Amino acid sequence: MAATIENRLAIRTNQPRRLTPGSAVRFVLLLVFLIVVLLPVYVLVVSSFKAPGDATASNAWSLPTTWVLDNWKNAWSGGATIPAQAPGVLRSLALVVPASVISAFLGSMNGYVFAKWRFPHSNLVFTFLLFGMFLPYQAVMIPLVELMLKVDVLPSGIPQLIFLHVVFGIPITTLIFRNYYTSIPGELIEAARVDGAGMFRTYRSVVLPNSIPGFVVVLIWQFTSIWNDFLFAVFFTNASNGPVTITLNNLAQGSMLQNYGASMSGALIASFPTLIVYILLGRYFIGGLMAGSVKA
Amino acid sequence: MVAPSVILIAIFVYWLIAQNVATSMTDIHTAAQATGVEPHRFVGLDNYIALLGSEAFQHSLKNLLLYTVVFLGGTLLFGFLWSWLLDRPVPGQAIFRSVLLAPMAVSFIAAGVVWRWLLNSNQGERASGLNRLFQMTGLDFLQNNWWNNINWGISAIAMVAVWQLSGYVMAMFLAGFRGVPEELREAGRVDGASQWQLYRYVIFPQLTPVALSAVIVIGHMSLKAFDLIMSISKASNYQTKVPAIDMFVFKGVYDYANAAAVGTILLVIVAILIVPYLIHVNRAENR
Repeated sequence: MAATIENRLAIRTNQPRRLTPGSAVRFVLLLVFLIVVLLPVYVLVVSSFKAPGDATASNAWSLPTTWVLDNWKNAWSGGATIPAQAPGVLRSLALVVPASVISAFLGSMNGYVFAKWRFPHSNLVFTFLLFGMFLPYQAVMIPLVELMLKVDVLPSGIPQLIFLHVVFGIPITTLIFRNYYTSIPGELIEAARVDGAGMFRTYRSVVLPNSIPGFVVVLIWQFTSIWNDFLFAVFFTNASNGPVTITLNNLAQGSMLQNYGASMSGALIASFPTLIVYILLGRYFIGGLMAGSVKA
Repeated sequence: MVAPSVILIAIFVYWLIAQNVATSMTDIHTAAQATGVEPHRFVGLDNYIALLGSEAFQHSLKNLLLYTVVFLGGTLLFGFLWSWLLDRPVPGQAIFRSVLLAPMAVSFIAAGVVWRWLLNSNQGERASGLNRLFQMTGLDFLQNNWWNNINWGISAIAMVAVWQLSGYVMAMFLAGFRGVPEELREAGRVDGASQWQLYRYVIFPQLTPVALSAVIVIGHMSLKAFDLIMSISKASNYQTKVPAIDMFVFKGVYDYANAAAVGTILLVIVAILIVPYLIHVNRAENR
């Protein structure tokens, strides 16, 4: 699915570029939109390099008089009234890596079954799972908090969040993998079946080795959405054991004295991992977005 | 092989929804009751009646509606416009596409940090953010108090959501444009349709399913609005509260019954949007 969209995009972009009056008008319009969209980025970058006294209302939009790294240092390792972001970033990494990998494997197994092994009422069961994707988590949060307290198996903080993101990631990862496996030919699987391989054997020896593009899409999707999650984090963790969304919100909202410079640096620090993933693997990122919305 | 997942979803989605509905029909309004130290009793729909009748919760529902209208309208408008501008070759096409989509890779919390500064309500001498920019560019009359307005404040936050997710809708529409078969465009041209007529009568009608998907995705995202409001405004600000914020506040004071009731109300609103769509998709696949 992702591949077909990419091909379509590629075909169109490779067409010869003629500069017509029409395309010039469109270029100018797009440039205006681009500048508006990038305004906040300008503010983020400029404010993050300003010295404390430099960030007054009157020179809010001007470049730093001197470019300094104070805000970056304070945001990363903490300052007098500034909570450090480094521990949050590390905890987010400890959360995102295992949670994305586990949910990708679960999604891949589910997707394979729903795409290739159709059982009675499999569409109904699939829809039953799919609804979880649209569930407003507020509608389960109170009993969920009580349940996690009562069933005291996992330590609070990151381990609990890993578990929750894996569970509530099942619908979307299943959907993406099902769409992916529907688009790969069934002959290989048929051949394995004829050779007498069961569901698990076929999955391990035939399906899994052919799943890399699907895994890339799902890993990127889960990485981004778990990294950016705030809702589960705010209900199940606190500033001392939570991910970077919590520590960043604590930095930006917590102190009595607003330190915009450090907050802006913190926001950039918290955004780097997902932005890097987006820049390096953007084409798959779009593939994931599509799989999450348009039916194959 | 799917059994573990089905069981997990059955417990963590469906069973917990049932538990939540049960909690919403009790009188657990204090910490002592929430922790089981003091008893609670069944009160039926009393919490729902009280909530829906209260001015404070009606204000949340009104805010949610306004937020959704601006968010949906804005993302559909810009998403569609950008994809249309990018449908035909234009210099820097790939760069425009990437940059316009980039805001959605960032968390609402990080976006909220910079937008809180941009939407600072100070005006005149003390103005910063967008109000200062308006002064500098001679657009003083555009200065306003943004999210601090009791009636319309929430739409300033919806505007930020539009900034973040228009690129997503653009990507969806771009895929839709690419999905229109080349033969169809060709046939239109052969019939002597102008560029505008080609779009108006041949291509736009093909985009209806994409527009529907966009409404579903953005619509359900909008109903869950929480992160952005928490980071730009805060939970205790009356002017920007929505049901998800109420739920968080009730939970914070151990008013589990009302928190659960708000959760259920949100679920019902989302279900009204989603269930017909899921049935539609399921039918289409069985055909």
